[in-house]
Amino acid sequence: MKAYEKAIEKLILISAIVTTVSVALITVFIFKTGMPILLQYGVLDFITGTDWSPTSEIFGIMPLIIGTLAVTLGALIIGVPTGIACAVYLSEIASKKTAGPFKAAIELLAGIPSVVYGFFGLIVLVPAIRNYILPIFQKFNPDLNTSGFSILAGAVILAIMILPTIVSLSENAITAVPQEFREASLALGANKRETIMKVIVPAAKSGIFSSVILAMGRAIGETMAVLLITGNVAQMPGSILDPVATLTGTIAMEMSYAGPTHQQALFAIGIVLFIIIMLLNILAQAVMKKMGGVN
Amino acid sequence: MEIRENEEKKFDIKGLDLYYGKFQALEKIDMDIYANKITALIGPSGCGKSTFLRTLNRMNDLIPGVTIEGDIRFDDENIYEKDYDVINLRKKVGMVFQKANPFPKTIYENIVYGPRVHGEKNKEILDHIVERTLKEVALWEEVKDRLNKSALGLSGGQQQRLCIARCLAVEPEVILMDEPTSALDPVATSKIEGLLGELALKYTIVIVTHNMQQAGRVSDNTAFFLSGKVLEVDNTAQMFSNPRNSKTEDYITGRFG
Ligand SMILES: Nc1ncnc2c1ncn2[C@@H]1O[C@H](COP(=O)(O)OP(=O)(O)OP(=O)(O)O)[C@@H](O)[C@H]1O
Ligand SMILES: [Mg+2]
Repeated sequence: MKAYEKAIEKLILISAIVTTVSVALITVFIFKTGMPILLQYGVLDFITGTDWSPTSEIFGIMPLIIGTLAVTLGALIIGVPTGIACAVYLSEIASKKTAGPFKAAIELLAGIPSVVYGFFGLIVLVPAIRNYILPIFQKFNPDLNTSGFSILAGAVILAIMILPTIVSLSENAITAVPQEFREASLALGANKRETIMKVIVPAAKSGIFSSVILAMGRAIGETMAVLLITGNVAQMPGSILDPVATLTGTIAMEMSYAGPTHQQALFAIGIVLFIIIMLLNILAQAVMKKMGGVN
Repeated sequence: MEIRENEEKKFDIKGLDLYYGKFQALEKIDMDIYANKITALIGPSGCGKSTFLRTLNRMNDLIPGVTIEGDIRFDDENIYEKDYDVINLRKKVGMVFQKANPFPKTIYENIVYGPRVHGEKNKEILDHIVERTLKEVALWEEVKDRLNKSALGLSGGQQQRLCIARCLAVEPEVILMDEPTSALDPVATSKIEGLLGELALKYTIVIVTHNMQQAGRVSDNTAFFLSGKVLEVDNTAQMFSNPRNSKTEDYITGRFG
């Protein structure tokens, strides 16, 4: 028995070491490959440069950062309220019978490969933006034009992709709010809407918030779907109907044909992504801690 | 029971039946609840005290499958009438639960929640309500310096008094209490008991308790429940010294099985 337990312990230890070492190796590798060009080109120039022309060895990734942020922010603007509303509906308003099929459908969404989302966007969303959304925008600004490949297309698809994360985690958080809070609120003469808005959602806010952070991580990291529908033009966008390139999309697209310096520059993009995600995690933890304090 | 025509009835309950699905939890309950009195509900576990209490502010509406028959009149209006304003009922008939259930908000926010829901926005008035109600439950001195701290940081007894204050903040006429002291130590319990006497000057109180001494100490009238029926309801002193029903006597004296 003793030996058996020892062996298990060792096995777990080894798994932990393998995981940590893998992460460390990947980190070291990315930094080792990307760092030289970052230093040589200048970190500031690299990050703030607005021109990405790798063939002429000009590596300014601002357009890519803007592209990633615009698509992600758009996805959050569309996806977060929708997702939270959906979670509230499923946990507080719908009967168990109605909620069942909805939940199954949302879980199904999570299982669809991202390239399929991208393909759907390519076939349905991109033409729809060109044919139906553009005329609406042109009423306000006649000069506007678009091929359909755009921030908007990427944001909408990403919003759908992050829905399962937001809905299921938020729903768990809301369902976990003790019944006593609902009763206390209703017994004071609050109606259902007030109870949901002022007691239940606030009581579940740290769970909801962490679902949003996870969703944001997914949105920033998503490559394939976005690659297919944002147009991949590394330029500063003027409107949400303009095409953009994202950090991840650029790495995926250009790695296959990049020359040595270009390749290094792509790794340097990896470093930037790495740091953005790290900062996000730190921010999330800080905010969560602060929320936990009042909770 | 003595006829007390001269006392104001707050609730007038006639022939109340309540079913959870097919299970009948309350049977043919007739009872009057008088204004500015403390009415204690006693009886063994599972006899329907909480169920009965929750019919008075229609909290049983939240439980699926509940059917209610009979008449509950509050200030002479049938509260189970189709268009009866439940929100208004719950504003007038507040409730304190067995387990203290402050919201995960600050002490201040807990108290102003009710008034805000009912439309009070004026900061000065809200501040005033907080001070008044916390003083009413004798909690003001203990918490006045940490109104903006989480209510969950309070002790169990303090939390329960906060819940009473939160209930008072909407200026109810009746307060329903379901074993409000069962989770508290003797010191916190006696604080709340002391409070009840004061509150009865302004409010009508209905309190469920398993503690016979407590019922004897604090209440004016007592109703004895047994398996969904009210066996006896009377003036507390009368019932405790001279119960009419032998089962009541057995229960009060602790001889009950
Ligand atoms: N939500 C419910 N669904 C079905 N049956 C219920 C429900 N709530 C209570 N009951 C049943 O109704 C009866 C009365 O319950 P109630 O909670 O009113 O008793 P009580 O007198 O308050 O008991 P206690 O002193 O233990 O709190 C019990 O038999 C109980 O099992
Ligand atoms: Mg009970």
